[in-house]
Amino acid sequence: MKLKELESCLQQVDVFEEPKILLEQYPTSPHIAACMLYTIHSTFDDIEGRLVADLGCGCGVLSIGAAMLDAGLCIGFDIDDDALDIFRRNVEEFEISNVDMVQCDLCSLEPDAYGEKFDTVIMNPPFGTKHNQGMDMKFLKAALTMAKTAVYSLHKTSTREHIQKKANDWGVKMEVIAELRYDLPASYKFHKKKSVDIQVDFLRFSKA
Amino acid sequence: MKLLTHNMLMSHVKGVTKGYPLLIKATEVKVNEVEFNPQFVSRMIPKVEWSALVKAAEELGHRQDLPAELLADYEKNEEFLKKVHKVLLEVEVIEGCLQCPESGREFPITKGIPNMLLNEDEV
Repeated sequence: MKLKELESCLQQVDVFEEPKILLEQYPTSPHIAACMLYTIHSTFDDIEGRLVADLGCGCGVLSIGAAMLDAGLCIGFDIDDDALDIFRRNVEEFEISNVDMVQCDLCSLEPDAYGEKFDTVIMNPPFGTKHNQGMDMKFLKAALTMAKTAVYSLHKTSTREHIQKKANDWGVKMEVIAELRYDLPASYKFHKKKSVDIQVDFLRFSKA
Repeated sequence: MKLLTHNMLMSHVKGVTKGYPLLIKATEVKVNEVEFNPQFVSRMIPKVEWSALVKAAEELGHRQDLPAELLADYEKNEEFLKKVHKVLLEVEVIEGCLQCPESGREFPITKGIPNMLLNEDEV
C-alpha cells in the first residue's frame, strides 16, 4: 500500500464527537498518522506480522492504519468508552478483523502487566499539559513495559531534553525520527484561536 | 475480545495475588474470519500461556481438540497452526464478562470490549 493510499483511507476514520478536556482528546490527523505508520512499516518493519499495541487509541486511527498495513493483531487501549465506541464503529465500517480493544487505565498499569508481550507499541499520548502534568511520561513508561522491540510516540519538541534524560535513566535508546508541525484544531471552548501549530517530535524508543 | 487479548489480561484488584487467568462467562460468541499468517501464529505460540488459551477455548466451546500440552515442531504443522490461528484471532467474545479467579470481581464485556477499569477502592 502506498503512503497516499493509506492517508486517504485514514481520512474516512470518524473522530471524537465531543472531545474531553481532561483526557486531552485531540485526534491524530490522517496525514500525521499515515506518515508515522508508513515510516514504522517501511523503515523499521515493525508492523507487518507484528503484535502491536496502540495506547490511548481514542477513535483508533493509528490502530486502523496498522491493521491496514497487515499487523498480525493491533490492540487499542483507552480509558474512555465513548472513544472506544467510535473506534468499534470505525472497525465495522472498514471491515477489518485484525484489531481488538481493551478499556483500561494505562496510568494505573502494574509494572509487570503485559511484560514485553507486544512487539511494537504505537501511540499519540496526551501531551501532559493543562490538568494532566506528567501524563505523557506515564504513557511512555507503560509503553516500554509492554514492548519487546520498539515504542513509537509523539511528544512536544519542548520536552525533548527531559524525555532524553528519562530514556537514559531507563536504559532505552531514543531517536528523533522527524520533527512535525502538529496542527491542533481549536477543539475546546477555551481555545481562542482557530488552530495552533505546535512543534512535535516523532520519537522511536528501542530496547538494547 | 479475541482470545489472544484475553491471554494477556489480568485482574489487578487490590490484594489479589493471582488474578490470572480470567474466567470467561460468555453470553455471545462470534467467529470472525481473519487472514491466516502462519509466521505470526508461530511467533505468538511461545508468548501465550498455553494452558490458559486451551481453557478459554474450552469455555467457549471452540477447543477443536487442541492438546493440553503444546506440540513439538509446531512451526511445520500447518493444520495445527490453523487451529491455533482460529482460537487466538477468530473466536471473539461479544457479550459476557471476565471473572477474577481470586476475588470473584467481574469485568463486563460489552460489544466485544472488556472493561478492565477498577473503582477507586480497588486500586
